[in-house]
Amino acid sequence: MNILVCISNVPDTTTKVKFADNNSRLDVSGIQWVINPWDELSLTRALELKEDASSGVQKVSVAHVGPVTSEPTIRKALAIGADDAYRVNTVGSDAYQVAAQLTEVVKKGSFDVILCGIEFCDYNGSNVGGMLAEFLDYPSVSGISELKISDGSILITREIDGGKEMLLVPAPFVGVVQKGIAKEPRIAAMRGIMQARTKPIHLVEPVAVEPLTDIQSFELPAPRAACKFIDPDHPEQLIELLQNEAKII
Amino acid sequence: MSVIVYIEHWDNKFKKLSFELITYSVKLADMLGTEAIALSIGNVPEQELQKLGKYGIKRILSVDNESITKFDSQVYSRVISEIAAGESAKAIVLANNNAGKSLAPRISVRLQAAIASGVNQLPESVSPFVVNKRVFSGSALARIHLTSEITVITLSQNSFDLVENPAEPVIESANVSLEQLSSKIEIKDIQKQTGKLLLQDAEVVVSGGRGMKTPDNWAPLVELAELLNGATACSRPVSDEGWRPHEEHTGQTGKIISPNLYIAAGISGATQHLAGISSSKYIVAINTDKDAPIFDAAQYGIVGDASKVLPKLVEAVKVMKSS
Repeated sequence: MNILVCISNVPDTTTKVKFADNNSRLDVSGIQWVINPWDELSLTRALELKEDASSGVQKVSVAHVGPVTSEPTIRKALAIGADDAYRVNTVGSDAYQVAAQLTEVVKKGSFDVILCGIEFCDYNGSNVGGMLAEFLDYPSVSGISELKISDGSILITREIDGGKEMLLVPAPFVGVVQKGIAKEPRIAAMRGIMQARTKPIHLVEPVAVEPLTDIQSFELPAPRAACKFIDPDHPEQLIELLQNEAKII
Repeated sequence: MSVIVYIEHWDNKFKKLSFELITYSVKLADMLGTEAIALSIGNVPEQELQKLGKYGIKRILSVDNESITKFDSQVYSRVISEIAAGESAKAIVLANNNAGKSLAPRISVRLQAAIASGVNQLPESVSPFVVNKRVFSGSALARIHLTSEITVITLSQNSFDLVENPAEPVIESANVSLEQLSSKIEIKDIQKQTGKLLLQDAEVVVSGGRGMKTPDNWAPLVELAELLNGATACSRPVSDEGWRPHEEHTGQTGKIISPNLYIAAGISGATQHLAGISSSKYIVAINTDKDAPIFDAAQYGIVGDASKVLPKLVEAVKVMKSS
């Protein structure tokens, strides 16, 4: 059984975003790019499964849509332990265009489980996984917090309102992963970093697909009014303000 | 032309979110010069369907097919897409919740329709179709042009005020071709808490961070939440430590919520935490560090030890309720 983890690179989660060219695009100067945290957790879980012989997982690959400048992100995934990588050589523009490119990667390989992180912390899309599944006509499950594979059966837990559901899914399928699938993302060890240099990154030429969205401009939200401080010895004043000023309780 | 709004049900019942979706879709249909049509999948009783009429919907399509026995995004997205195509939908509206997030991208591909996900307002224009939405985990806004003929919108919960606009809806039974309805997914088990207010449904949320010091200090926090008919939440370190269940974790990698009131007790307000709560209407911060970033996001603040302030707040709310 083979697992493909789709990874995107996003600004470090502590980045204070700024915009350039009359607020028409993200100002990338000084941005530290990282693997989308949910993708990183998916990769960690895929590697845990591969290490467990009873899972039958033989290979873990990663796929990324991006120009050559995003190769450090891919090398990081390889250093963490992925066996090989696919890079579609184009700039990702929107979820639809990215999912269409990833579809080509899936068609090139033989993958039983395809994992995508739940939400990109750039445009907050979380749409790529579901789109990829529809392009491929595979079943998909969102909000996966656990993934178990044994003897060829894929058992997943997904979060539902007020609880969880345990599902048996057929291969191939697309899983959109959220928190809980792995405890901590793995950190690449020196040995892994050395090995990553020689692991293959397969270059995939992009297909012609028009994106369906176009960001016209960005803006930073208006700053909130200054915080009103309440005397800690009289917290009842807070309740008074919430009741009579904010009128929300 | 039409606007199709998919209305999920919970054990054959609707909730406030359902009515928010109806209100939004009726207004969106006005902007487009067309009518909104609600779509329900499952055997929701007619009496419950009628409740949607209070918010101005005039036509409801109910798909009740015995082949559909469970939620499967592959099956449901086919049903919604086929009905949307049949009604020449210009826009399809869903909730930005677990179900909506899994359906929207599939519908998008089937209908080649652009998605605006997690919106909290009507489009600024419909020709061209331009929506404003939060991006980069809520730290910026983007004006997004949806260039396709059909658009898919997922609406954030508790972001759009209900407007009553009573109508007498016509309920029609609708169906789709059977070969589309077989699910490949098998449900082995469901674990569900019933009767508990869900974090994402709560209008008041009381949340604790590491500044609460120990899990033993949670009792007044829980009591305050109960008194305010709210839910409890926590920051990431608290759920990582196992002090509280991970379902309560709010923030960039946890739940993203927008209650009317969010009380952050002993939470410093790291960027990742704010990403999950910054669209709350009011934020109250209680923290010993007066320079903590949470105070920049808050409208009301108390500089003090949360474990000592919370019991006093509980008393104050009790006094308020008894007066």
